[in-house]
Amino acid sequence: MAQTASKTVDQPTASAERLAVGSRRAGLTDVVGRAVPLIFTLFFAALFLLPLYWMVVTSLKALDEVFADPLVWWPARLVWENYPQALAQFPFVRYFANTATIAIPVAIGTSLSSALVAYAFSRLRWRGRDAVFYLILGTLMIPNWVTLVPLYILFNKMDWLNTYKPLIVPAFFGDPFSIFLLRQFFLRQPQELVDAARVDGASHARVFFQIILPLSKPALAVVALFAFINSWTDFFNPLIYLSDPDKYTLQVGLFNFFGLHVVNWPGFMAAAVVILAPIAILFVLAQRAFIEGITFTGLRG
Amino acid sequence: MATVEVAAQPEGTARLWRRMRRGDGLAALAFASPWIVGFLWFQLYPIVASLYYSFTSYNLLRPPIFVGLNNFRNLFTHDPLFLKALQNTAIFTLISVPLDLAVALLFALLLNRNIPGRSMFRAIFYFPAIIPSVATGILWILILNTQGGLVNVLMQKIGLPALPWLTSPQWAMPALILLSLWNIGPVVVIFLAGLQDVPRVLYEAAQLDGAGPIELVRRVTIPMISPVIIFNLVIGLIAALQTFALPFVLFANKQDASSIGGPLNSALMYSVQLYSVAFQQYRMGYAAAMAWVLSVIIFTLSLFALRVSGRFVHYD
Repeated sequence: MAQTASKTVDQPTASAERLAVGSRRAGLTDVVGRAVPLIFTLFFAALFLLPLYWMVVTSLKALDEVFADPLVWWPARLVWENYPQALAQFPFVRYFANTATIAIPVAIGTSLSSALVAYAFSRLRWRGRDAVFYLILGTLMIPNWVTLVPLYILFNKMDWLNTYKPLIVPAFFGDPFSIFLLRQFFLRQPQELVDAARVDGASHARVFFQIILPLSKPALAVVALFAFINSWTDFFNPLIYLSDPDKYTLQVGLFNFFGLHVVNWPGFMAAAVVILAPIAILFVLAQRAFIEGITFTGLRG
Repeated sequence: MATVEVAAQPEGTARLWRRMRRGDGLAALAFASPWIVGFLWFQLYPIVASLYYSFTSYNLLRPPIFVGLNNFRNLFTHDPLFLKALQNTAIFTLISVPLDLAVALLFALLLNRNIPGRSMFRAIFYFPAIIPSVATGILWILILNTQGGLVNVLMQKIGLPALPWLTSPQWAMPALILLSLWNIGPVVVIFLAGLQDVPRVLYEAAQLDGAGPIELVRRVTIPMISPVIIFNLVIGLIAALQTFALPFVLFANKQDASSIGGPLNSALMYSVQLYSVAFQQYRMGYAAAMAWVLSVIIFTLSLFALRVSGRFVHYD
């Protein structure tokens, strides 16, 4: 994963450079060749950031500035009170705790169970291994909708509705993408380490917990991070499984806050900013892992 | 996919047990057991059960009643909302997927030049994709407001008319399609990684042969990254056909739970309709039938994309 990210990629320009050495006209072409993509990229990046800027700036506006024409790019007075006001109407702390109660076990369960399964598909030798591995990848093609209705009926019979169990328990049974990512990572660890430990009489459980897992911290972190973010931002599953407002997650809570209250745009945006903040912080801290994880699962698929 | 070494096992071993004890069969069974249990519990059983439910009428309160093919027949003959949702989803998929792929490829090509701060730009393009869809949806309702919304005020500044983006039947679907562009980050990142794997000698050879920048993209870049394009295409199709959260947040009306598809249901998506049938009306058998229709469409399209691509995709 690391080498793709650090590789410099300037083939067309670099080769154009080389071909054009010594010619003044080519020098100009080269400047244009560098500037034009940069200008376009800056433009698109600004366009992508504009909605986020608007979210933050609206959260600090007075009500009459929200739809003002000419646009208010910066409020006359920063209305910080929007934040405590929104959080007073919206049980943020409770929803935050609820969401964490789901997302943390999901992150742990996904990485641990997927690592176990990935070990069986990378470091163990058994007949039919690759066929079963393709079956795991194949399950990625099954639309969630097909399994949803019977699972809902099943969870209903098990009395799991309106609990966190339907949101947490499945994470402990391995996730195909994570199994795939970890398997590729395990395959890169030197087999000699495993063989040496086995010759010394170590069980597979010891090899797994004491050799493979410690060596695989970066990949485990990527898997846990993705599982955490997916669970944290999940809207659909909490929406169908949770009916008691006290059990809502941040996303379902925000959805209901938005629909049932008097239109209060600065307040909505303040709530949205607060909900987005943990994800934004996590993204900034772990940006590289995110991008590498996406690249990795995407390309080698 | 990396090739993996499979242990040579003698053919014709009589008993499974002995075969398993050789090699690492038992350990493998233990390590893979979470997935095996999960597969049976959360995949195989539900798939079989959902096929069964699709032939029944079931409201969770009384036991399922077998109705044969009635659910499927009713879907296509007596259910205008289903047909509307199917049509909307087809339009959304057919336009948004190619549009998103084209723009994502453009962004990736831009980032693939030696632009200063490339990883920062990559992060900027990626970030919107991880914003929770509820926040995204509410933000777009603000920005696309007809009166004084950011987009309309900016459009009027350059002489374009203000549009009722989310409140008129003509514009709800175009708005939904355009909004999908804000979430192309992961596609850009995957394209960019694909572009970085194209050997630079190919570009140099083509340039020596006199190829211009556009020809380089057409004749070198695109053929070389065609497997990545197909990957993104199939993933994009599957995701677009199941789009739920954004249209639901944009168009579900809290005051009137039956209004979920936007103005005149012009943006009623398949998944939103399926949600309504299953979890607002509790018609579980009918919902299972809808889910199977969607799956058949997804499988057919994915296979078709892979089959067609087999003809021109370049694999190393």
